Amino acid sequence: MTTPASDAPVTRRSDYEYGFHDDVEALLKLPKGLSRDVVNTISDIKDEPEWMRKLRLKALDHFNARPMPEWGGELGDIDFNDIHYYVRATDRDESSWEDVPDYIKDTYDKLGIPEAEKQGLLAGVGAQYDSEVVYHNIREDLEEKGVLFLGTDQALREYPDLVQEYFTTVIPPNDNKFAALNTAVWSGGSFIYVPPGVTVDIPLQAYFRINSEDMGQFERTLIIADEGSQVHYVEGCTAPIYSSDSLHSAVVEIVCKAGSNVRYTTIQNWSNNVYNLVTKRATAYQDAVMTWVDGNLGSKLTMKYPAVYLMEPGAHGEVLSIASAGQGQHQDAGAKIVHAAPNTTSVITSKSLSMDGGRSTYRGLLKVYDGADGCRSNVRCDALMLDEHSRSDTYPVMEIDEKRVDIGHEATVSKVGDEQLFYLMARGLSEAEATKMIVNGFVEPIIKSLPLEYAVEMNRLIELQMDGAIG
Amino acid sequence: MTSPLFEIDSLEVAVEDKQIVNGLSLTLRPGEVHAIMGPNGSGKSTLANSLMGHPRYTINSGDIRLAGESVLEMAPDERARAGLFLAFQYPTDIPGVSMINFLRRAMSARRGEEIPVREFRQVLNEVLGRLQMDEQFVRRYVNDGFSGGEKKRAEILQLGLLQPLVAVMDETDSGLDIDALRIVSEGVNTFHSDDNAILLITHYQRILRYVQPDHVHVLLDGRIVESGDASLAERLERDGYEPFMERAEERVLTS
Repeated sequence: MTTPASDAPVTRRSDYEYGFHDDVEALLKLPKGLSRDVVNTISDIKDEPEWMRKLRLKALDHFNARPMPEWGGELGDIDFNDIHYYVRATDRDESSWEDVPDYIKDTYDKLGIPEAEKQGLLAGVGAQYDSEVVYHNIREDLEEKGVLFLGTDQALREYPDLVQEYFTTVIPPNDNKFAALNTAVWSGGSFIYVPPGVTVDIPLQAYFRINSEDMGQFERTLIIADEGSQVHYVEGCTAPIYSSDSLHSAVVEIVCKAGSNVRYTTIQNWSNNVYNLVTKRATAYQDAVMTWVDGNLGSKLTMKYPAVYLMEPGAHGEVLSIASAGQGQHQDAGAKIVHAAPNTTSVITSKSLSMDGGRSTYRGLLKVYDGADGCRSNVRCDALMLDEHSRSDTYPVMEIDEKRVDIGHEATVSKVGDEQLFYLMARGLSEAEATKMIVNGFVEPIIKSLPLEYAVEMNRLIELQMDGAIG
Repeated sequence: MTSPLFEIDSLEVAVEDKQIVNGLSLTLRPGEVHAIMGPNGSGKSTLANSLMGHPRYTINSGDIRLAGESVLEMAPDERARAGLFLAFQYPTDIPGVSMINFLRRAMSARRGEEIPVREFRQVLNEVLGRLQMDEQFVRRYVNDGFSGGEKKRAEILQLGLLQPLVAVMDETDSGLDIDALRIVSEGVNTFHSDDNAILLITHYQRILRYVQPDHVHVLLDGRIVESGDASLAERLERDGYEPFMERAEERVLTS
């Protein structure tokens, strides 16, 4: 009889490696449900200026008045009364990692976040745990140049005029139901201000973590890149696996002033019980460049269409998006570009994967206003399905109200091809290895635009998902 | 006489219920070069792809043996690892996958263990040099945007790296200009040794000026209708396939 080397019980590794949670009582958790009282309480806790309280309440009315969106993904199972709208684990936003409570620190250690900062790969780091930002730090030399990188709540306390000047100017409270919800109950998020002519040479990073069950995370991020400045912001997201669903509904507003260059990179790896309904939009002025790099791997349902409004001549907007939908997942993602001025340019590149019964949707809008002549845009969206029972849809909408424009559009939907598989297998690669190679090749154009650590991480996550799907 | 390295035994192959290869037998011994010559529609590509195990082709009867072992139950990757190689007539492009990554994976698969980077580089540069290919070539994506000649050269590059026991070359000479044909042929000749065997499947005999076959077979209607030495290829060049077709028809009528 053969005996195993160890008597330890064999445990099946979960496909989702960030599914652990910390058994810690939150310091403050508002009862479930949404009401004027809840909104007022959040505002009270934060000791906010009156204008913000009024804005929140106005947004709540918008939220209540608007119907649920009928298009896109299946939202019917969301019970807005079964969600904690505010959960605080600690009472401070620390700027020294040592001062962050140990159990939160442990979580981020497991996720490998402080490591990147220690290695000097980042110019600044922020971390949000449930509703509140627990840590923010920025390199000293950048701070001296006037770069601000802090939690949005802290920014509201320390720079109220600056926040008020830009808050909801890119995404108004009544923009859509979930942007209204976020405006009503927002908490946390990052605030970045880069002064004129300042270049932040390596990325600023934030990390969002939902730990509590049945909670909603509603971070609010606002980035202002002043004239001729340059910044790259990176965010990552995870959550534990609970039996009930969580809601993540963020709003990200970016103002790219003349000649600035902003890149915003997201790697979303929520667990498969998170509704991820996010509104992201940037306005780009004279000769500014705005780039969204958007990776969606986790979540139950993601609806997210990063947008760039090109407001003045010479502005350039770019969206690079990649989505991978596995079992029980729907990734409804895409991009939105609005050419509101002449001689503006844009590029949309979208790659989506579906496997193991997952569903991915590309939904895009390209709008060119009358008078915005000399615009150029190129849209390319490719979908790849790994098996017969997965699904992929493409909804590219173009509203072109100006004749003198140059618009290119190309869309492909394909299955992992028999001929490609045969070719690689004829060289000795197993079917699983060949499939991975084809998929890696498919997403390569997006991966290579990511910072190195993220490219490695993204490839790893896709492979992990495929291991579940193709065995 | 040495034992056979590759045997095709009374092989019948169908595509979507239509039988294309009708009882074909052929034996390759170590060190031999065989050429199968046939006109369009004679079953050349069906034969080549079915030998490698393409899922679109069904083997109705017969056997294929590599070094005495039947490969019929083996998937294409198992056949490749066992030492069978197909140089594709139309190599498929795989965008986003670099040649260098692909080649390293393929070599490691053939060996059954990861090939060390240093050794891989050395072997790669040697074969690239022999084929007069630029080092930058392997930075490109697999067959993506390659010219016809580049695709064929890339196939020969793989032949040189993977060192199979048996190489089936499916119309490797088609679409090549005279210089490329010479380089590709030299690549095949350099690969060829007393330990391996080559099966050239071709329409025209021009590659046979550079790669000397020991045996030439005429393929018509999925069958070998005539076998001979290199002089048979010259006869084909002079008289075309017509005389063989007439004879094949007579045979069908009298049978």
